[in-house]
Amino acid sequence: MTRRAPVGLWVAGVAVAALAVLPAVYLGVRAAEADAHAWALLLRDRTWGLLWRTLGLAVSVTGCAAVVALPLAWLTTRTDLPGRRVWTVLLCVPLAVPTFVGGYVLLATFGAGGVLEEPLSRWGLPVPPVYGFPGALLALTVSTYPYLFLALRSGLLSQDPAWLEGARSLGLGPTRAFWKVTAPLLRPAFVSGALLVGLYVLSDFGAVALLQYDAFSRAIYVQYEGAYDRTYAALLGLALVLVTAAVLFVETRLRGKAGYHRSAKGAARVSSPVSLGRWRVPALLLCGAVVLAGVVLPVGVLVYWGVRGLAGEGDAVLEPAVGSVLASVLGAVASVLCALPLAFLSVRYPGRLSLVLERASYAGYALPPIVLALSLVFLGVQALPFLYGTLAMLVLAYVVRFLPQAVGTVRSTLLQLNPHLSEAAASLGQSPSAVFRRVTAPLLRPGLLAGAALVFLTAMKELPATLLLAPIGFRTLATQVWSATAEGRFAEAALPALVLMAVSALGVGLLVSQENETPRG
Amino acid sequence: MRGAFAMPLLSLDALSLRYAAGGTPAVDGLSLSVEAGEVVALLGPSGCGKTTTLRLLAGFERPDAGTITLDGRVLVGPGTFVPPEQRSVGMVFQDYALFPHLSVLDNVTFGLSHLPRRDAEAKARSMLTLFGLGEFGARMPHALSGGQQQRVALARALAPGPRVLLLDEPFSSLDSALRTSTLGEVRRVLKSLGATVLLVTHDQSEAMAFADRLAVMRVGKVDQVGSPEAVYSTPRTAFVAYFLGGTNLLPGVGFGGGARTMLGNLPVAGQARGKVLLSLRPEALRLVPDTDAVAVGGALRAEVLTREFQGPTAEFTVACGGLELVVRGVPELPLRPGDRARLEVVGRAGVLEDSPD
Repeated sequence: MTRRAPVGLWVAGVAVAALAVLPAVYLGVRAAEADAHAWALLLRDRTWGLLWRTLGLAVSVTGCAAVVALPLAWLTTRTDLPGRRVWTVLLCVPLAVPTFVGGYVLLATFGAGGVLEEPLSRWGLPVPPVYGFPGALLALTVSTYPYLFLALRSGLLSQDPAWLEGARSLGLGPTRAFWKVTAPLLRPAFVSGALLVGLYVLSDFGAVALLQYDAFSRAIYVQYEGAYDRTYAALLGLALVLVTAAVLFVETRLRGKAGYHRSAKGAARVSSPVSLGRWRVPALLLCGAVVLAGVVLPVGVLVYWGVRGLAGEGDAVLEPAVGSVLASVLGAVASVLCALPLAFLSVRYPGRLSLVLERASYAGYALPPIVLALSLVFLGVQALPFLYGTLAMLVLAYVVRFLPQAVGTVRSTLLQLNPHLSEAAASLGQSPSAVFRRVTAPLLRPGLLAGAALVFLTAMKELPATLLLAPIGFRTLATQVWSATAEGRFAEAALPALVLMAVSALGVGLLVSQENETPRG
Repeated sequence: MRGAFAMPLLSLDALSLRYAAGGTPAVDGLSLSVEAGEVVALLGPSGCGKTTTLRLLAGFERPDAGTITLDGRVLVGPGTFVPPEQRSVGMVFQDYALFPHLSVLDNVTFGLSHLPRRDAEAKARSMLTLFGLGEFGARMPHALSGGQQQRVALARALAPGPRVLLLDEPFSSLDSALRTSTLGEVRRVLKSLGATVLLVTHDQSEAMAFADRLAVMRVGKVDQVGSPEAVYSTPRTAFVAYFLGGTNLLPGVGFGGGARTMLGNLPVAGQARGKVLLSLRPEALRLVPDTDAVAVGGALRAEVLTREFQGPTAEFTVACGGLELVVRGVPELPLRPGDRARLEVVGRAGVLEDSPD
């Protein structure tokens, strides 16, 4: 071996990776300690009910999202739909709506004490059933269809128009050509988008908890809050992890072996768009309806309640905002600092160990957030009592949860950094620390800032870990929306929710701009 | 001049390095010495270990065995490893590796941080002026052409006054028209500074034009060292002969100053005894159009197989006495594939160490 990493770097890398896998390992240990009684508890009918409701919601949301996303993706890429670019942007806006805000919007519109309760009762109409399955289905479909929409769009855009033209010249009509050529070739894009949606639903806490749909994550939270024996909560968490793993396993089997690549090299040709003709108006109505549900309704309801909130029903924005910013800034800085050794090892000293360490950093991200939060609660109570209940514990949770985002950004920045630069600096007489200070750090700065910004914007809207781990009396915008909504104080939740939407819109914008920088194959 | 007892400035002794344990060595018992003020080229095909040798010298790699001594100081040896920043070895990278966040002037002052700012800038400006870049100090590297970037990299590496300067394929990213002029200019500046230079290249014409001495490398070892003229005219091995511009190999039986071959008795450079393998350069042969079809005594009859126009010269392959030979001639020769010609030997053959079988 010639190029050995400094020992300090390995120590730091191993420490961070250990931190990242700690919650997952702890959860396993905790579950392994469970006795026969606990297992009997887990395997009773209630758990099976949770499993079917969770999977049922995931499948239903994925199906509904597909029904919405496929026509929208096709309309915005292959047709002469007026305003395709504007529609594309508007259709992605729901990515900026955290699911608990989606739940809030439903409740604040249709629920008891919502905007429509009075007008509806005046006309003698019943309040629509927003709690439970219908509400969760609607809220999560609106929040998640953009993932499928974007995946299908990029799938459609990367298809060589010559394939479809070939099918047409072989005598297939446009509809048959779509189903025989375009649709089968979209399968990889569909599977990856559907997987994103499904995993999102499995791990969602905000919408199911607010709308009181009894899926795993809500049951875990209720169990944690209500019962003094938290073993059942841990077992439920483990069960949810197993379900997630099973879905991932099935997906790798489904994905198939065929890779679909354009055969000829060179710039993609753009096929001439399909003329919609008399279908133009229905197509516009469809786009309009989705934008109405995903953008106009949330913003309208939030503004409505926000104005009423300003009028005096509540003014609690400033203090939670300060809390959110404080916790998120600390989380962002700590995540980037922890990401540095892992990214350095994986880029500059590639090998089995550095790969293992980098992969380990994803452990906290793979756990459903409520499970991660629960595991950290156990860990804090039993092993780190001096940290438990402090802001440091919350920051730790953010680091474990958002480390992969930071590692990804720092890694890609490092990859663009020519290793000859630090060698040149060394051969010009600079010590390793001077090389870092004068060359590496200035060149890394933009990437580190982008990584920190990304973590900051994501941490701002984090709910479950903040609920479980924040110090007593410490409020953030997300917990403010949560508690005010749960108690029906819609006006108090509106302004924090609006601020969060604006912040996460910034985050989505940052993500999209980073994706545009990396060329797609 | 190489004094018999003077210590060379730089010596590499039995250096070895394997990147992967149990894999093939990248550098395999390599030894080489460089005198003060000398320009030496490490020449070899890609993958022969020449860049690795340079990186060992700069301190970016650690050898498994061997020693490196610079100016009487052991840089690498048993129990010794001087880190790159303490070696006083300058390096110009193939991609130049200019710091993208620093101006040209700041790049050149980078290695002068031990000097007061004013002195460092004065030193850097004089280096830039030397390379004809006096006006470019405030520019950022990306605003320079490839040739200008290369000269900034040279100025930056030379500014701290390294004991030896390493150049990794310094001219390979320049286009061919720029390369010839740059090569001469850079050599002139380096010579005027009295710099000791070790450069690495795979281009034999670049190496012969630029260096005082060549070291031809093959699979981790130095095959032959010498002045460009000596290595070209008397290659030690068929590999060296081929790598320095192509050759004809023919077996023969030596009788002192000559050898008996299928082309008749040939004069050789040096002495040949017994069965030997000879190298006959394409320009040691001459083609004469066989217009009168009359065989002159002792001349060889040849048939032209191919003709390749190369600008100032033309290269022919001919069949003669059961051999296929490469002959260099002037493009004006009225010979085309299928024509007959007389073949004359006008130069000496080199005696190779390789076995003729």
